[in-house]
Amino acid sequence: MTATNLEVVPADRRSNWLSLLEVSVREVFEIMVGSNLHAVPPDQTLPRLEFTAMVGLAGRICGVLTLCTTAHSAALMASKMLGIEPQEADPQTWDAIGEVCNMIAGNFKNKLPGGSEPCLLSVPTVISGGDYNFHSLSDGDRLQTILAFDGVPIVVSLELHT
Amino acid sequence: MTKIRTMIIDDSSVMRKIVERSLRQAGIDLTEVVEAGNGAEALNALKSNTVDLILCDINMPVMNGLEFVTQLQSVDSAKGVPVVMITTEASESHVVQALSAGARGYIRKPFTPDQVKEHVIPVLDAKK
Repeated sequence: MTATNLEVVPADRRSNWLSLLEVSVREVFEIMVGSNLHAVPPDQTLPRLEFTAMVGLAGRICGVLTLCTTAHSAALMASKMLGIEPQEADPQTWDAIGEVCNMIAGNFKNKLPGGSEPCLLSVPTVISGGDYNFHSLSDGDRLQTILAFDGVPIVVSLELHT
Repeated sequence: MTKIRTMIIDDSSVMRKIVERSLRQAGIDLTEVVEAGNGAEALNALKSNTVDLILCDINMPVMNGLEFVTQLQSVDSAKGVPVVMITTEASESHVVQALSAGARGYIRKPFTPDQVKEHVIPVLDAKK
């Protein structure tokens, strides 16, 4: 997936949303995956991100939250969540990354003052294969955080509609 | 701890396994776990299964958790079976809707085994 052509533009009035998004991601990984995420050096080149999970938000906040990572990293998420070996977890990879994305979206909206009221989440959608471009029709801000899960970057983005 | 039969309803099979593991980590002695991927599957499964506790997600395809809890009231074999919602949908309106429909508890994802224990044990104790 290529996402680098889009500029990250958090508006002033949402200046703390990016940090809330990062906290939301970290909490989900700590609690549900059993892993602490680490900062990624700003000059690190992103690997081929072959798995993208998406969850839509509709209501007071409208937008799409995406989680992109490598196939290896997605399988590792599933294996850690289930407590099984990564090769055994392969059939559960789509399910796991979708559910992680869903929990990040829910955790984020629940951290916003009054933000989850009313705001509904869609059922997660997962795309595999890295050779595509993601075009959001959102006309608002784009928040993005990149953190390392077991040394591999995961990219979490929130495209907001005004 | 009494042995219990439980039903776990979630469209994610990974999450169903995590909920089951969390219940066991909470010290709950599960003799049987019935899994369902949405509310409609769960209602169908309850025709041939008796359970002591139901843990239910809200945001699911086909039939969501709130509709399931509402329809559960008309299932004779499930009367009095406590339902604990376990979901990312944690807005006040969802909590009120779920409790009004008959749910006895509400756990927000992401959750720890301790949080599962904290919410489920009182519900099981109240059922005795």
